[in-house]
Amino acid sequence: MTPAIVIRDLHKSFGSLEVLKGVSLDAAEGEVISIIGASGSGKSTLLRCIPLLELPDSGEIIIGGETLRMRSRHGRSEPADTTQVNRIRGTLGFVFQSFNLWPHMTVLQNLIEAPIHVQKRPRAECIAEAEALLKKVGMAEKRNAYPSHLSGGQQQRAAIARALAMRPRALLFDEPTSSLDPELVGEVLQVIAGLVAEGRTMLIVTHEMSFAAEVSSRAIFLHAGRIEEEGHPKQVFGDPVTERCRAFVARHLNR
Amino acid sequence: MNELSFLGDTMRQLLSGVPLTVELTIISVSVGGALAIVLSVLRASFAPFASFVRFYVFALRGTPLLLQMFLIYYGLGQFDTVQHSVLWPFLRQPYWCAILALSLNTAAYGSEIIRGGLQSVPPGSIESARACGMSGLLLYRRVILPLALRQALPAYGSEVIAMVKSTSLASIVTLMEISGIAYAIISETYRALEVFLCAGLIYLVINFVLTRAIASLEVWLNPHLRSATS
Ligand SMILES: Nc1ncnc2c1ncn2[C@@H]1O[C@H](COP(=O)(O)OP(=O)(O)OP(=O)(O)O)[C@@H](O)[C@H]1O
Ligand SMILES: [Mg+2]
Repeated sequence: MTPAIVIRDLHKSFGSLEVLKGVSLDAAEGEVISIIGASGSGKSTLLRCIPLLELPDSGEIIIGGETLRMRSRHGRSEPADTTQVNRIRGTLGFVFQSFNLWPHMTVLQNLIEAPIHVQKRPRAECIAEAEALLKKVGMAEKRNAYPSHLSGGQQQRAAIARALAMRPRALLFDEPTSSLDPELVGEVLQVIAGLVAEGRTMLIVTHEMSFAAEVSSRAIFLHAGRIEEEGHPKQVFGDPVTERCRAFVARHLNR
Repeated sequence: MNELSFLGDTMRQLLSGVPLTVELTIISVSVGGALAIVLSVLRASFAPFASFVRFYVFALRGTPLLLQMFLIYYGLGQFDTVQHSVLWPFLRQPYWCAILALSLNTAAYGSEIIRGGLQSVPPGSIESARACGMSGLLLYRRVILPLALRQALPAYGSEVIAMVKSTSLASIVTLMEISGIAYAIISETYRALEVFLCAGLIYLVINFVLTRAIASLEVWLNPHLRSATS
């Protein structure tokens, strides 16, 4: 079966700072990969490069067998076909650390916005599907609330539902619980665990080590723009091979 | 009694200029507002236009509206190309010259106000829209502009009120709006004080209604800023 996401030899610099130094990664259909690493190791950059929210300098990104076509202009790489990029972005649900719901729209409007205006699906169908999704994340009674009237946990659950409303092939989570109060983390992790149980393909950047160990089929430890260690979560979290990963895991499990 | 009937008569004459004042305001605020959006988006997203827009704003904010109106009314006709263009039937009329000057002028101020609104749009909202596959005009239409314009609305309200007052300059290109009528009455009666007080009162009432309308619009557009009711 074609892998959901393939990343080959990704390089990315910000000015003179080389943040990704050749990262390669395959996510099979249904696989849950957790990505850990110290602050500044390039986790967010890696994740953001996949839907081209950040433009890699070189390397290849293949989503569901379709290569994102890039070209070089004035010495910088850019998408060759923005229509393709927009379409592919729709197939990758991105969940941000800071939720990023649209503040002028209600929860329901947030969910149906892109399905209607980007994917051009019929409005009635989008609303029905959005309502089912809100029910799934426990937000049904907040459908007409505005994001500013919701707790962080509720906003993040709505944001996850918004990502799902695009019928994505894979979900990308960038520290989905890092900006939440501790007592709100559980409700969001529960929703994510539910998606794991559905067999969805997911990449999760997280500092929630025990959660990652529990739900993921593979773990990746990123250090200074390279994959330093990769394997079954039991191994990466429990008995790391590399010294750096061992130190990182020890530091985080003892918190 | 004589005094009262003079005031009543003056009021009646001045009120006949209200439709023109309102019309000049509505048309130039609409045309200028649309132009302001285009200018501010061009400036924010299309680098080659940025310096053009900056110069436009610099020139139109830096010179008096009175002068701009004169230039358009008396100046344009001196160019043969203008006289022979399809626009001449419009540009020879003081009405369209006033509209043009008012629109171009308010577009300059408006684009600066909207620029501030654009800068206040949370980057995260744009990012998540792009992650959902929005880009270009769709992104502007559905996310960026709705947020930017809401932010800009209070300041834009002041600009609209300033425009109501600016329409009084149309009298110098012979339009008989409120101020034009006031000048005409004064030149006949030499009773400047009463006439100007009456005209001022009318402008006050118009702007009072306008202020209320803008405030209601703000409330209506910003349910997310009110405290939750459920
Ligand atoms: N837009 C940018 N411009 C310049 N430098 C950037 C930009 N984005 C990220 N960086 C830098 O790239 C490096 C990697 O950042 P990244 O956000 O990928 O790290 P991270 O692993 O996600 O860290 P954290 O755990 O703090 O989120 C950091 O040094 C950061 O300062
Ligand atoms: Mg990060």
